[in-house]
Amino acid sequence: MSDIKSDLNPGTVNTYDACPGADIAQESPLAWSYLNSGAPAPGPSSRIVMREQAARDHLILRGGAIVIDEAVRQVLGINLPARPQQLTLCDDGVSSLQWLSPDEWLLIVPFGQAYNIELELRAALGDASVAISEVSGGQTLLELSGDADALQQLLMKSVIYDTHPQHFPPGKGVTTVFAKTSLILRRPDDSRWELVVRRSFADYVYRWLLDAGDEFAIGVIRDGAQQGASA
Amino acid sequence: MFHIYCPYCEEWREEEEFHPKGQAHIQRPIDPESCSDEEWGDYLFFRDNPRGIHHELWVHAVGCRKFFNITRHTQSYEILETYRMGETPSVTAESVKREAIAAAASTATSESAEEVRA
Repeated sequence: MSDIKSDLNPGTVNTYDACPGADIAQESPLAWSYLNSGAPAPGPSSRIVMREQAARDHLILRGGAIVIDEAVRQVLGINLPARPQQLTLCDDGVSSLQWLSPDEWLLIVPFGQAYNIELELRAALGDASVAISEVSGGQTLLELSGDADALQQLLMKSVIYDTHPQHFPPGKGVTTVFAKTSLILRRPDDSRWELVVRRSFADYVYRWLLDAGDEFAIGVIRDGAQQGASA
Repeated sequence: MFHIYCPYCEEWREEEEFHPKGQAHIQRPIDPESCSDEEWGDYLFFRDNPRGIHHELWVHAVGCRKFFNITRHTQSYEILETYRMGETPSVTAESVKREAIAAAASTATSESAEEVRA
């Protein structure tokens, strides 16, 4: 890590690697929820499957769209989602970049890559007035997949936003109210929905989803408990 | 179901996502050191409470978290316009008054024309 830092960090910003290392096991925000509320295994009758994608790093990019667009194209090879509510997926199928507000984007990358990407972005951005914040510790990604009808009914019970396919096509993502909390709701493709949840509200959302998904025999795939080991 | 158009998200969003933040377009005195106590007190504490057109500051609290302006009618609660920070409203108390006068004038002329015909 140290050589990368000297090569890419222009030295004007204090950066540090927030990842303690892949060999150190990390608790997912849902570790306690799995113990406390259980995790029903998906069966043949399950129309919805929930899975926590804990092995992800989250970065918030803030600044002018034009400079960030150039840096993102250089480092990630994708265009910046400049339209409101736009969600762009990277070619690796894991990373994604989402419009949050006119000067704010959420970048989700595989676990352990945030620091290198931050340094590369900072090098590409030069002296531009931007902020890059590592927020992996503050939020987690829940993925819902399965029967499209069941998923939409589950979301209709939970969010105030219109999730009809005509209004919410794949490639869209919004920050909205979910039950009595807020989260980022996104639709990477036809069969999946993603929820970016605050860590402190992860248990609430998890239990809400278990309850709301009960009628669809919701099942939970558990692999996020050992983040370090899976990366 | 009550929707407000967010000029930054560029779509209609549920009212629950928004918060009102009081009167818009409040100008801070350019030189606070030399303004009178009354001017400073007006700036700090006193707000308009009009009957009719009111320009308000709102925030899309759950969403893009941007502040923007709403022109609202305080009697009918009708939202006449939403616009971004730094923009000037196209609907104001004066413009509404002008339109009302113009509308009254046009009905008056059509009525007088009918009278002539009769």
